[in-house]
Amino acid sequence: MSIQLTDIAKHFGHTGKGHKGKGSPGQAGGRALEPVNLKIADGELVGLLGPSGSGKTTLLRIIAGLESPDRDPAGRILFGDRDVTDVHVRDRRIGFVFQHYALFRHMTVFDNVAFGLTVLPRRERPSSGEIRARVHRLLEMVQLERFAGRYPAQLSGGQQQRVSLARALALRPDVLLLDEPFGALDAKVRQELRRWLRQLHDELGFTSLFVTHDQEEALELSDRVAVMSHGRIEQIDTPDALYRTPANRFVFEFLGDVNHLEGEVRGGTLTCGEATLAVDLPDGHQELLLRPHEVRLAEAPTPEAQLPVTVTAISPVGAEVRIEVAADWLVEPWLATIRHADYERLALTRGQRLYAIPRHWHRFSAEDTPQRQAITA
Amino acid sequence: MSSLALRLSRRRVLPGFGLSLGISLTFVSLVLLLPMTGLVGQLKGLSLAEYWAIISDARVVASYTVTIGAAAVAALANAVFGLLLAWVLVRYDFPGKRLLDALMDLPFALPTAVAGITLATLYAGNGWVGGLIEPLGLKVAYTWVGIALAMAFTSIPFVVRTVQPVLEDLPHEVDEAAMTLGASDATGFRRVILPYLWPALVTGTGLAFVRSLGEFGAIIFIAGNAPFETEITALMIFVKLQEYDYAGASAIASVVLAVSLALLLVINIWQGHFIKRLHGGRG
Repeated sequence: MSIQLTDIAKHFGHTGKGHKGKGSPGQAGGRALEPVNLKIADGELVGLLGPSGSGKTTLLRIIAGLESPDRDPAGRILFGDRDVTDVHVRDRRIGFVFQHYALFRHMTVFDNVAFGLTVLPRRERPSSGEIRARVHRLLEMVQLERFAGRYPAQLSGGQQQRVSLARALALRPDVLLLDEPFGALDAKVRQELRRWLRQLHDELGFTSLFVTHDQEEALELSDRVAVMSHGRIEQIDTPDALYRTPANRFVFEFLGDVNHLEGEVRGGTLTCGEATLAVDLPDGHQELLLRPHEVRLAEAPTPEAQLPVTVTAISPVGAEVRIEVAADWLVEPWLATIRHADYERLALTRGQRLYAIPRHWHRFSAEDTPQRQAITA
Repeated sequence: MSSLALRLSRRRVLPGFGLSLGISLTFVSLVLLLPMTGLVGQLKGLSLAEYWAIISDARVVASYTVTIGAAAVAALANAVFGLLLAWVLVRYDFPGKRLLDALMDLPFALPTAVAGITLATLYAGNGWVGGLIEPLGLKVAYTWVGIALAMAFTSIPFVVRTVQPVLEDLPHEVDEAAMTLGASDATGFRRVILPYLWPALVTGTGLAFVRSLGEFGAIIFIAGNAPFETEITALMIFVKLQEYDYAGASAIASVVLAVSLALLLVINIWQGHFIKRLHGGRG
């Protein structure tokens, strides 16, 4: 079922009751969400990505019906053709997975998963035999049949989150919402569960929306990712498009490591201390951004690029070697990733003097970046 | 006990076990066990038949009925209203919340006799409340209702203070989860929240009940103390003492002691099993 949001906004006011997201941003008026518009297609898996306080959890909870949006502007939430703006959470037919599982600790795994079915009104409730069969099917799906009689405290974090997922899926919801579902798990389990959620999603075809602050997770798992900051959706796109053509500087900086180069441009040459780089830009102060893989390291400068640097740290773990370089003209050290072959050829050691040669660089004009100061956080 | 022995045999990392356990046991012996031994010691002058005659005296038995009945009513009322009070104190924000929270402990701090006199004046036929309700045929002072009221007054903090911290620890997500699964508020409360609070609620109610069994000061002023009608067991002990019948007083006291101890023990064992089950043991 598709999800459509129009003008959903949220202030954190003085109501003082209930649950208050994970901390509202310290903006004037306590605005947690600017009016948000979002359309999610049927069967899509969308990630809401952003730093903490960006409003992503609030947005998710509003879609779930656990929090209500502002009355002014009067936003609307549609599930398919059904307007659920004023529908109570228990009637929205959603599945919700909490970061800390929120399992009922006094019930067995079986009873946890069966809960949604057993609280159905009597005439809609399946027979106890059917409930048993359905719960066992769900437990099989999450590979926990053997644990049906256990209590949540006897399970590992990953297993508990799988129970929580089975519980959320028991009522066959049209929409599955997940709030940092893997946030409390360790890296390996997280990787495994991620793959498994993707598989489950493709198999069962529900529409899902999940919140994360982990860019890798968002990019790997989602069909599309919505990048959020300060209560706004900065960009929503496929992972590939987000990475290659970021809409603004925030998105660019949030999705990976970034090197900065700041300096004065005069006559097609950018100068920053002893460093110079030929650029095709108008005169004046400019700031360029570079990804680590867009920086090459060489023993000699080129006519276009004279950027002398010193190697300060080397991390040869993984597919590429990560080299940290520093120089007097750099405010913050740069990060360069090079192939193992190049690393061996250059015979890099710490303290070695080299030249950085940019392959590409990016630049965002000031209008694109109204929230520049927020970025360094 | 077997688990304690097991733990003793293991090498421990935390320092000071011997010292702290030694001091604790000494303290418990001096303050709790010694007086209780003294009480039991008083009984040695009595033969079994005499002991039985004292504790099964018709007037004393009537006092058991009054005490236990009133304490049960008071404990149940406290279970309901204590739970409600704890719920209000934890789940909502309102002006005067801190004050209400502090008020909860007043029955602990107040001398029970003060509470008793206050309640008696308030509910007597010429008192504020008594004057209002007695024309309606409701008599509180000098009836067992008054006894239950005084008991409820002195023991309400037990329920509130045992339930409150458990309720505070209950994450919001748990009842939100129940809601997302379609549970109505009533169902969510009954099937999710109440089972969470159950051990604390039972403990608190049990403590309130046991406390009420032994309450004296708050009750005697409002009870009227009519033999066979509104005499409580604690009063029977007091009466024996006034007659210098120490052995008789001790005999009745030993019954109260035994009942209280048995009840506390049962609650503790049950709660231990409950908690063990949550953590995966077969309780």
